[in-house]
Amino acid sequence: MQLVIVDTGCANISSVYFAFKRLGVEATISREAAVIKAADKVVLPGVGTAHNAMAQLQHSNLIDTLQSLQQPLLGICLGMQMLSSHSMEGDVPCLNLIPGDVLPMQSAGLRLPHMGWNTLHNISSHPLMKGFTSSDYVYFVHSFAVAPSKHSLALCNYGSDFAAVIGKDNVAGAQFHPERSGKTGARLLQNFLEWQL
Amino acid sequence: MLAKRLIPCLDVRDGKVVKGVQFRNHEIIGDIVPLAQRYAEAGADELVFYDITASSDGRVVDKSWVRRIAEVIDIPFCVAGGIKSVVDAGKILEMGADKVSVNSPALARPELISELNHVFGQQCVVVGIDSFFDVASGQYQVYQFTGDESRTQKTRWLTRDWVAEVQARGAGEIVLNCMNQDGVRQGYDIAQLKSIRDVCKVPLIASGGAGTMEHFTQVFQQADVDGALAASVFHKAIIEIAALKAKLIADGVSIRP
Repeated sequence: MQLVIVDTGCANISSVYFAFKRLGVEATISREAAVIKAADKVVLPGVGTAHNAMAQLQHSNLIDTLQSLQQPLLGICLGMQMLSSHSMEGDVPCLNLIPGDVLPMQSAGLRLPHMGWNTLHNISSHPLMKGFTSSDYVYFVHSFAVAPSKHSLALCNYGSDFAAVIGKDNVAGAQFHPERSGKTGARLLQNFLEWQL
Repeated sequence: MLAKRLIPCLDVRDGKVVKGVQFRNHEIIGDIVPLAQRYAEAGADELVFYDITASSDGRVVDKSWVRRIAEVIDIPFCVAGGIKSVVDAGKILEMGADKVSVNSPALARPELISELNHVFGQQCVVVGIDSFFDVASGQYQVYQFTGDESRTQKTRWLTRDWVAEVQARGAGEIVLNCMNQDGVRQGYDIAQLKSIRDVCKVPLIASGGAGTMEHFTQVFQQADVDGALAASVFHKAIIEIAALKAKLIADGVSIRP
């Protein structure tokens, strides 16, 4: 399998690369459109701000490439938020692959950023969520989030519900960090590797 | 529900894990990667690696161990010690660390916190604070260069004021190390942590003083910290993480089993 991690210039690329390596898959890290288009599966990692990350994609001329992919695409954390229509973090248009807006978290007075291990609920039967239960913990670090919608594959609650995993057609994204969520996170990555459209 | 975090801290010197008492008399505990792996498998929620020599002697430190940790560890980890610039932090994050923690360099140049926030985002920026209770003045004061006793010095900052300052500059998390308690295993400094909690709106991690499992229950229930950091009780196997988690769950603390 040819797995390509999009080189967004963000900080968690090594962690994502190593996480797939622990699952026996050697990914290619690239920002070349031809390499990304030829991949069997594509991962869009991201840490930092939506504004910077979108600017980076623009700079590398990757917006059209990512929007026209037909193979499975997984966004992680900020990479997941970039799949949405628009982000209020820097008021920036995103890839618009999964309808929805990225908004400041409504944490009802709970401390932000939402940092640490939290549980999931409303877990769908999507192949990506195979084996997940509401007693599993995954690791989050974020202050912005996508609101629950029909494209949510799992929700998390921190003051209010938000989308922990989203999906539509060939595109999916996780707000948490599967590469840093122990065995539970590895399960999501394994599910992604096994995902057949 | 968001779980409280248990965070083993590994003090690193020359690629080895060491531990001293009240920052002194460091002894080698073991190799970094297998120890880190052992803690991750035992149920640690996060790991912190402090390069204890870096801030105090000013040399360029080999940090290649960060990459070796990132290869095997599947939980978040933070690296501290000797990070003085955006360039320094970028190298560590690029090697696979999730966060960087700054302490003495932020005291020397507080703009460092804003710069790290701007480039890497708030979630990457942890500020470590070494706080010492001065009996004479009855005040908690911030110290720097605590990795080297001969250079350790009091700063102009009261702990409370520095906590406010680092938040205003964009810190995403604060680790408060209560120096009077460090390494002596008499319990966390609940009074200080409670008072800092009131002015700390970002995640607050308690450090210094863990000796028994009950100390963890106390710090979570009485000081409402987001995480508890400890070293010697874990390194010396005085407390086993699985047993600690079981006790905390039984005590009603929100914990990842």
